[in-house]
Amino acid sequence: MYFLDLFCQPGEFKGLPYLQRQIFVLFIFMKFTCLSKGGGFHFPPCHVLNVCGFRILFDCPLDLSALTIFSPVPTGYRAVVDEKDSDCQPYSTLDSDCVTWKRQKIGKPLDANDLICAVPWYKIVKYLHLWNVSFIDVVLISSPMGMLGLPFLTRIKGFSAKIYATEVTARLGQLMMEDLVSMHMEFRQFYGPEGSTFPRWMEEEELDLRPSALREVVLGKDGAELGGWMPLYSAADVKHCLQKVQTLRYAEEVCYNGKLVIKAFSSGLEIGTCNWSINGPKRDIAFISSSIFVPAHAMSFDYHALQGKDIVLYSDLSSLDTMEGIEDGYSFLTTDSFSTLSWEESAQSLLNTSEHLEEREKLYYLCSCAADSLKASGSVLIPINRLGTFIQLLEQISASLESSSLKVPIYVISSVAEELLAYTNVIPEWLCKERQEKLFSGEPLFAHVELIKDNKLHVFPTVHSPKLLINWQEPCIVFCPHWCLRLGPVVHLLHRWSGDPNSLLVLESGHDAQLALLPFQPMEMKVLQCSFLSGIKLPKILPLLNVLQPKITLLPEDLRQKVRFTNVNPFSVFHYSENKTLIIPSLKDSSELEIATDLAFQFQWRNLKHENMNITRLKGELHVAHGKHWLHSGNKPSKSNSSKSRPLLHWGTPDLETLLSILSKMGINASVEQGVGVEGSKKACIVHVHDPKKALIEIGDTGTVISAVDENLASLIFEAMDSILDGI
Amino acid sequence: MAIECLVLGAGQQVGKSCVVVSMNGKRIMFDCGMDMAYHDHRRHPDFSRISEYGDFDKALTCIVITHFHLDHIGALPYFTEVCGYRGPIYMTALAPSMLEDYRKVMVERRGEEEQFTSEHIVECMKKVIAVDVKQTVQVDKDLMIRAYYAGHVLGAAMFYTKVGDSAIVYTGDYNMTPDRHLGAAQIDRLQLDLLITESTYATTIRDSKYGREAEFLKAVHKCVLGGGKVLIPTFALGRAQELCILLEDYWERMNLKIPIYFSSGLTMQANMYYKMLISWTSQKVKETYSTRNAFDFKHVLNFDRSMISAPGPCVLFATPGWISGGFSLEVFKQWAPSEMNLITLPGYCAAGTIGHKLMSGKPSKIDLDKDTQLDVRCQIHQLSFSPHTDAKGIMDLVKFLSPKHVILVHGEKPKMATLKGRIYSELGIRCDDPANNETVCIPSTHHVEVGASNTFIRSSLNPNFNFSKMSSEDESDSRLKDGKFMPWLQVKDERAAEGILVEEKGKRAKIVHLDEFLLMLGEKKHDIRFAYCFPINTDNLEDTKSTDVSSSSNALSVSGRSSWLPMLYIKLSDELSGGNIQYFGEQIQVESFSVSLCLKDRCPYRIVDSPPNKCEAVFFCCAWSIADEKLAWKIISILENRNYGTL
Repeated sequence: MYFLDLFCQPGEFKGLPYLQRQIFVLFIFMKFTCLSKGGGFHFPPCHVLNVCGFRILFDCPLDLSALTIFSPVPTGYRAVVDEKDSDCQPYSTLDSDCVTWKRQKIGKPLDANDLICAVPWYKIVKYLHLWNVSFIDVVLISSPMGMLGLPFLTRIKGFSAKIYATEVTARLGQLMMEDLVSMHMEFRQFYGPEGSTFPRWMEEEELDLRPSALREVVLGKDGAELGGWMPLYSAADVKHCLQKVQTLRYAEEVCYNGKLVIKAFSSGLEIGTCNWSINGPKRDIAFISSSIFVPAHAMSFDYHALQGKDIVLYSDLSSLDTMEGIEDGYSFLTTDSFSTLSWEESAQSLLNTSEHLEEREKLYYLCSCAADSLKASGSVLIPINRLGTFIQLLEQISASLESSSLKVPIYVISSVAEELLAYTNVIPEWLCKERQEKLFSGEPLFAHVELIKDNKLHVFPTVHSPKLLINWQEPCIVFCPHWCLRLGPVVHLLHRWSGDPNSLLVLESGHDAQLALLPFQPMEMKVLQCSFLSGIKLPKILPLLNVLQPKITLLPEDLRQKVRFTNVNPFSVFHYSENKTLIIPSLKDSSELEIATDLAFQFQWRNLKHENMNITRLKGELHVAHGKHWLHSGNKPSKSNSSKSRPLLHWGTPDLETLLSILSKMGINASVEQGVGVEGSKKACIVHVHDPKKALIEIGDTGTVISAVDENLASLIFEAMDSILDGI
Repeated sequence: MAIECLVLGAGQQVGKSCVVVSMNGKRIMFDCGMDMAYHDHRRHPDFSRISEYGDFDKALTCIVITHFHLDHIGALPYFTEVCGYRGPIYMTALAPSMLEDYRKVMVERRGEEEQFTSEHIVECMKKVIAVDVKQTVQVDKDLMIRAYYAGHVLGAAMFYTKVGDSAIVYTGDYNMTPDRHLGAAQIDRLQLDLLITESTYATTIRDSKYGREAEFLKAVHKCVLGGGKVLIPTFALGRAQELCILLEDYWERMNLKIPIYFSSGLTMQANMYYKMLISWTSQKVKETYSTRNAFDFKHVLNFDRSMISAPGPCVLFATPGWISGGFSLEVFKQWAPSEMNLITLPGYCAAGTIGHKLMSGKPSKIDLDKDTQLDVRCQIHQLSFSPHTDAKGIMDLVKFLSPKHVILVHGEKPKMATLKGRIYSELGIRCDDPANNETVCIPSTHHVEVGASNTFIRSSLNPNFNFSKMSSEDESDSRLKDGKFMPWLQVKDERAAEGILVEEKGKRAKIVHLDEFLLMLGEKKHDIRFAYCFPINTDNLEDTKSTDVSSSSNALSVSGRSSWLPMLYIKLSDELSGGNIQYFGEQIQVESFSVSLCLKDRCPYRIVDSPPNKCEAVFFCCAWSIADEKLAWKIISILENRNYGTL
């Protein structure tokens, strides 16, 4: 049923038989289906595009915010508490008493005991599991976040799509996935090996007992999301997945199947993230993921490269997140109430620098908050995994510590931190101009190189590393994963500091902080929630589209009200929404074709009598390469030149008088015998030729038959016929 | 239109690379090098040949620089700052930062007058647009350039350039074998009109480098064990790092404690570029960067001038290479007179430099200038560590790319001539080796752009199987053809795109399928066919039948009208070679030609009078269309000839 849906929306082209309909749709139309609008920086949107008969999947992310329904692994600090609470025990089974006790809780607000105590499963894109992945031809990965679900696809038997990502995206994505796998190990060690069966918490009866908020995360609003849950992939799956990824540089050209020329261009969101340009024989497409015009670390949004495409697929949904969620700015979370502390009104300016300055201001503010906590001898915990923000914060905070002469160690705890930091320093060609200039003046690209050298920054793989235990000093600043507060070193440190009112937790806004902090209640710790720029701001969408000048633009339905188009816009706009297929008509009724010169020289043009038209017959070998059709003369020599010049197809009605006069000019005498029916039915006229030799011309409505005693005469008569008809 | 290739430098010489290529209205200068052997105007390419009046902005579309070696970039600041070129310049991101080192070499060369200043270089480099490997840069609507990894030095690239349908590759210097810190040159299989390649080692074929490396290490080790000092004059980037990785490995393995020095801060800084520019290095270095960066040299220390005369053994990398002046010359003066010491010269040295003198024989005395003479008693070790490809590499690249034409530059004349001959004779590719200031013209590729209908495209992509019988060569085979024997079938997919190109006034030319064409015109097809009805004497037919079939069985009664068509089929099969003859029972078909028995008393197509023969004649009716006109008459003559021939 869903297979069918790939090809055709029910109700369309009903008149055509299925196969024909399929071919019709594949070749004439382009189809676009949004599988998920995603949510925020860490969960980018996911779409499928049908073009030129190929199916392209854009990104394959994981919804890691759904992890908050699981209880984190209990640590030593809480072990005593856990002991009393049967629900949090690792091997607890649900007996009937427990069920009735739970049933009473459904209506009540969530508490830590409602969270699922099991090895977490992971949630892929909503509708992706409804598709047959073996029908996907190409996967384009725009960001490391868009790659986290990829091992789920690549391990499926029958998956054979070509995967493209930039070199840096592939590398960063790999590090993120490896980190995820290693953090997940903690759960495995705690709960023991997973069974091969469905986990208990996914069973219907079990879910019915869970609070509704939690149930909604598991099932989704329409209950369709249960199938999206997967047990995590293994390290081997990740490795296998990476082997299937073909890495690209910015603006490197790759050609898929001769037909699609695919290029990645910098999007500015993160180091190595990209937008896509897809050129086919019939249309040129630009795919715009979340982009930042002037980022502080990554190479800036290269929108010039996307200019003049036929179609723009606009997939930057970041402006939706900021509208729905907390207003752009900051909010302080205290233990019992969320009092919004508006940092700054969102700038409506189109000036690029304003965005940039705003982001800097946020970082300054963050640093000052951190300094306040440190002065009060509290520690600062920053579980922010956005690479750009992380690197800049490192620089900012160390600088502000320097200036306020605070001697506080900075720790980075993650299984991949060392490699990540080393890697960021060897990719100058992927960075913004300012950073590149550092290379030319002989400085390191990022400050962390010096910080590590000066022993101000310490990098450890886990909280248990012996080196960490020797080095550990409080107060301190710790950067560590994971932002969902369920995995990784952050869990241990939160348990440690949650009771300290002087300590500070920095969270990224846009997620349900209350749910995230649930297992750590009561929280004495200060919580600072801040949002960071993660895409094109609303007022910039229209100016951008005006610069790009596409003929067709695809925008999310949610932006229909927000981005209003005036009639003067030269492009047409389509709106897409989740799990609905948009059919985009073709702009051209023909494909481009390039004819080799030697073939073009063989053309024998004929002028048509009635129309203003020149025509020529052509024959060659058709090749498809590099997104274009090519016609070459081929290797075969033409059979014989004389017959080639002869027209093979004729149309029109021959005029007898003209024929006779032409024949007589050729020295052929003929007489007409009118109205003799051939085979009795059709009316035809017969022209008899006696001189110089015997011949007969039988002229009917749809055709003529020439019969002559020898080749020469037949040929002459043919020429006469040819001259009174149009032919090619 | 043709591609015009004006060689301003490196024509039948090594050094001063500069080629100006005009194609499809664009004019691109590849490299802008200087000749180290001259000190007057001859060291720069003759720019006046580009534009008589010095209007270079109009005359050139852009400049493309392959790497930062002086013989490829040396004249660029002169061209932009003195000659006043203001157009775009493309090179890899790395090249600009390295130029300063080379300027110093220039200045230090015997106090020579500069033709441009340090500011000139800074200004010049600001105009440079950086290109990354494999990045496809659209210079303007028609001109596209793309860099490929060349493996010659950090940041060295080959450039693919495409204007319209014409495409060329200019290699600059490249190396086809990976070494310790650089990878091998990499390029896609491209459709090229022209390949302009360097040919420094046009006739040399190098053996494995392990032997050379071992020899080098042995010489160095022997020297330092004997308490001597080793001087390795190199330029800041390239061989210094390569040899240093080699020495580091050896030092580690042999647990040597003798210090290795780098002469100036600049070289140390160069090492830092290397550390950050991992993506330009070899696969092995790339893989290990996070655990151990290959350019974090443990044994390498900074060298101070005061240490020149300090006692004890050491290894020193000093700039510039070739001992053309500066610090390496200073050290050379001090160390050369002692037998204990060793001078190692990696690779090529420009003519006129001390390095060149040392390499060409073992002189005992060297004239430093008019008045001073230096005794050279130290050992000299020559190292062929050149990052240029050898002859095999050039041939491999040419074969791989298979361009329509090759131009050789950056080589020595006699060797180039040899290579040129090899390329033509072995690969069948036309090849030129123009001298400086010569122009080579080669034809370029063009395509005509038209639209094509979907039906045409689809029908052209459909397989079109053609079955044909193998024509039997020897007699024994043909005798087997008694109807039961199945001849060999050949199946070919003769996919041919056939259509009609329509050019309407005010509209774009478009290709349509034959079937679509009449629909488009709104006209009805008028089919012209040929018909011919002719008699065959049955007596003769009977004869042939009996001779042919007698061998099998006479009892098999095959008389009657139904057997005549098979007779014709056998005849045709025998006499018509190569045709696809099909027998359908009622008729025989060859392409559009069909023949069947005519049973009518008065067939309108029976133009020929019945033969004045008493025997009963059997008539056969044929029909065909114009496409098979020749074939049809040939078949008829075969059938008729048979008839009359037996009479």
